[in-house]
Amino acid sequence: MTAKIVFENVGKTFRARGKTVTALQDINLEVRDGEFLVIVGPSGCGKSTLLDLLGGLSELSSGRILVDGRPVTGPGLDRGIVFQQYALLPWRTAQGNIEFGLEAKGVGRRERAAKAREYLDLVGLAGFHDRYPHELSGGMKQRVAIARSLAFDPDVLLMDEPFAALDAQTRDGLHDELLRIWEKTGKTIVFITHGIEEAVYLGQRVAVLTSRPGRIKEVVDVPIDARPATEDLRSDPEFTRYRHEIWTLLRDEVDRARNEELKVHV
Amino acid sequence: MSSVIEARPAVRAVPVVSLNRAARSAGRVAGAVLTRTVAIGLLAAVWEIFPRLGLVDATFLPPLSEVLTAWWDLLVSGQLWSHTEASLVRSAAGFGLAIVIAVPLGLLIGWYSPVANLLNPLLEVFRNTAALAILPVFVLILGLGETSKISIILYGCTWPILLNTVSGVRTVDPLLIKSARSLGLGPVRLFQKVVLPAAVPTIFTGIRLAGAASILILIAAEMVGAKAGLGYLINYAQYNFAVPDMYAGIITISAIGLLVNQLLIATERRFSTWRTN
Repeated sequence: MTAKIVFENVGKTFRARGKTVTALQDINLEVRDGEFLVIVGPSGCGKSTLLDLLGGLSELSSGRILVDGRPVTGPGLDRGIVFQQYALLPWRTAQGNIEFGLEAKGVGRRERAAKAREYLDLVGLAGFHDRYPHELSGGMKQRVAIARSLAFDPDVLLMDEPFAALDAQTRDGLHDELLRIWEKTGKTIVFITHGIEEAVYLGQRVAVLTSRPGRIKEVVDVPIDARPATEDLRSDPEFTRYRHEIWTLLRDEVDRARNEELKVHV
Repeated sequence: MSSVIEARPAVRAVPVVSLNRAARSAGRVAGAVLTRTVAIGLLAAVWEIFPRLGLVDATFLPPLSEVLTAWWDLLVSGQLWSHTEASLVRSAAGFGLAIVIAVPLGLLIGWYSPVANLLNPLLEVFRNTAALAILPVFVLILGLGETSKISIILYGCTWPILLNTVSGVRTVDPLLIKSARSLGLGPVRLFQKVVLPAAVPTIFTGIRLAGAASILILIAAEMVGAKAGLGYLINYAQYNFAVPDMYAGIITISAIGLLVNQLLIATERRFSTWRTN
């Protein structure tokens, strides 16, 4: 398979209170076409910064990011972002929100409506087209947000801890749903999380980041086939083994991050 | 998160269930009406009875029935309408001009944050200077005619609209802006599709406040050298010791104020249905 996304020596520094903070350093990573890659790391390690860079929402300090061989210079409709807090327009209905991305792409009115219905259907919300965000539960809102990002047909779906604000049952349901959508649409997905189980459950590969400054510590292959078909995958011994492997990789980083934090606060 | 199910009004048509229940809901409606009118009814009763019993001087506070008779006479003679018309034209002109000027200006100031930072202290100073304190200045410069009256109302209405518009634009959820940017929206479309609709409820709050202000300032402005208008009527009646006429003017003003406010609240609600707090 070819590389869809390439991170080359990517680094990002911020100026905060007169000091220069290095958020990300020497990130080298390739994401294959059609792959489901999960990036996992301790909180504050720069995971979201990495996604912002890939989304073209902030500028690189060093290195470059290539999507289909072309460097990222700004936001684009070839990449769709799903945010943790949904980012739905509260004055638009579910359908109106999905059409929002299509408007940005310049799709005609009638086709917009048809596409929006189609993707509402895909995320299992047929019949909810005229609901406003405040009339939907958290899980439903995130389904709408996913539908919105899929509807304008980007090649790559970037997901920034999309299920972190949801309760456990809703989250488990959406995991299976997302895998189903991924298999059906064949999108390349880059998914960010701090949850180890979530990472193993979803990712074909899991990239583990170090605590600040964020670097790629290791990329773990998780070759579990037919995930949604496996009953109670989370109890599977193979699943447990991968979970433990990534837990071990992360433990040191989490400890280090905590000590850093304590040092700052004391 | 707010609950999905909106509170239903207490009154609902109950066709079959039982008479008992219908009677109870009718009782509830009657109760609600009673709760809302009892205080006003009490005030009206006191106003009628106290002067008649001689508890207050009937010369300065004539019984309500006399005031209402005077009001009716003013209405029939057409005087009341001509004064009300004069007042409403001034109010509407000042208020309307304020909307036309302050909303675009506020959008501009809010969107360019350096401009907002620069102008904010000035806006605060003006907002906190009571419009009536500046009224003599307006009269001095613009004379006693309509211009000065409309100008002072324009001035008083501008600040609530302007400040609310600025804050409406500046407090748009940054995540919505980020999300729209990620879709590749340029500044113009970002403003049109995200910032403006997000600011609409806050702008309408400003417009409602300005509506109330327009009536308040109007009356004071009309008490200073006007030849028509409800403020003039009230003042003129007092000078000529036509006390019932004075109260008739006051009642009219308070009814208009109530009406305008209800209208603006209804409009505001219409434009912010999606906002649930």
